[in-house]
Amino acid sequence: MKETKHGKPGEIEVADQILHDHNHDGIDRRGFLKCMAWAGTGAFCVIKGGVLSSYSLGRISEFEKHAATGELTFVQISDSHMGFDKAANPDVVSTFKAAVDKINALPAPPAFILHTGDISHLSKPEEFDTVDQLLKAASAKDVFFVPGEHDVLNDDGKQYLERYGKATQGAGWYSFDNKGVHFVGLVNVMNLKAGGLGSLGVEQLEWLEKDVKHLSKSTPIVVFAHIPLWSVYPEWGWGTDDSGQALSYLKRFGSVTVLNGHIHQTMQKVEGNITFHTASSTAFPQPKPGQGPSPGPLKVPADQLRALLGITDVNFVQGRHALGLTDSDLV
Amino acid sequence: MKNKLLVFGATVLAIALGVGIRAYAAPAGAGTPSEVTVKIDNFSFSPASITVPVGTTVRWTNADDIPHTVVSDDKSFKSKALDTDEQFTYTFTKPGT
Repeated sequence: MKETKHGKPGEIEVADQILHDHNHDGIDRRGFLKCMAWAGTGAFCVIKGGVLSSYSLGRISEFEKHAATGELTFVQISDSHMGFDKAANPDVVSTFKAAVDKINALPAPPAFILHTGDISHLSKPEEFDTVDQLLKAASAKDVFFVPGEHDVLNDDGKQYLERYGKATQGAGWYSFDNKGVHFVGLVNVMNLKAGGLGSLGVEQLEWLEKDVKHLSKSTPIVVFAHIPLWSVYPEWGWGTDDSGQALSYLKRFGSVTVLNGHIHQTMQKVEGNITFHTASSTAFPQPKPGQGPSPGPLKVPADQLRALLGITDVNFVQGRHALGLTDSDLV
Repeated sequence: MKNKLLVFGATVLAIALGVGIRAYAAPAGAGTPSEVTVKIDNFSFSPASITVPVGTTVRWTNADDIPHTVVSDDKSFKSKALDTDEQFTYTFTKPGT
């Protein structure tokens, strides 16, 4: 995998530095607003002491070295766009299979897989079928989904709900607990706002408020949704208009991690006790915010494509502190 | 008297940009209603603004690699998701902007 600093279109810029917060008091980490990005074949997430770290799966050897193990590991994949066949990646099946191979090459099978939406490209039944079929080869059998806007085309998400929404509320939101971590899957693609911004809506926000109300503030929270819940680049619709309300319900928790897709590139931001990550696509890259005339698929040389696609792997270790530290050693 | 009709295209992927369409009342016997084409390219409409007589059919063609949806501002009409090179037509039967 090649990484290029301040790269040309098609190359990922590697951040100059990673934000660390080694305070173990969890008090003042506001002000960490700098974004960073790294190239990746996806991400592997480790939670240690209630803190989620995200690693590129293209660097398995490195995160073995960093003892990226814990009580809980899981993988995030996103934006498989099954059915897409244009120049930016005429073979999304192969790259999806490569993502599954990466998952299966992990030192230990992850507890589960999160798919943060755009499973399909055009909401066609056969596109969903293909993804479901390919996922059967993954070492992790449980897969949790949230829809992307491409999964709810033409039918207001009816098909999506029939396939993936059995035990969910509303348009497909839900929560579950695993090893003391509270996971919340949100849907922000149903009523896209002007400019394409995501939206959660009143009903879902009320549900979220109730869902987290009973939790102790030391409970690590992982929220996942398709469109970023932070303002990445509103000019391209890369944000969610009412995410501030949702995040306000999560401010009292010591460790909150937000995992998103949609923008087909990895980014991270730390704001207070909330750490935001976006995942790569398994299908095709998109330009960096504002770079290019539109956020359409980025065409890159074939030998560079796979370096710009990927998965995210997460590992949780129960610890003394439940603080929202970010300690990524990737760049 | 002209009513307001704004036609917006909401792209499926991420963005919405508008094409302003103004339909004016054509005088009786003004001729056969015609067709006007609008191209969706790079997440925007080309031309971005048109003025047509009532009865005109507008044909949108998606030239992007990503599906888009054409939606009127007042939601009075909406296309299905248009994949690359797919088209949607709508005939403006009332004056408006």
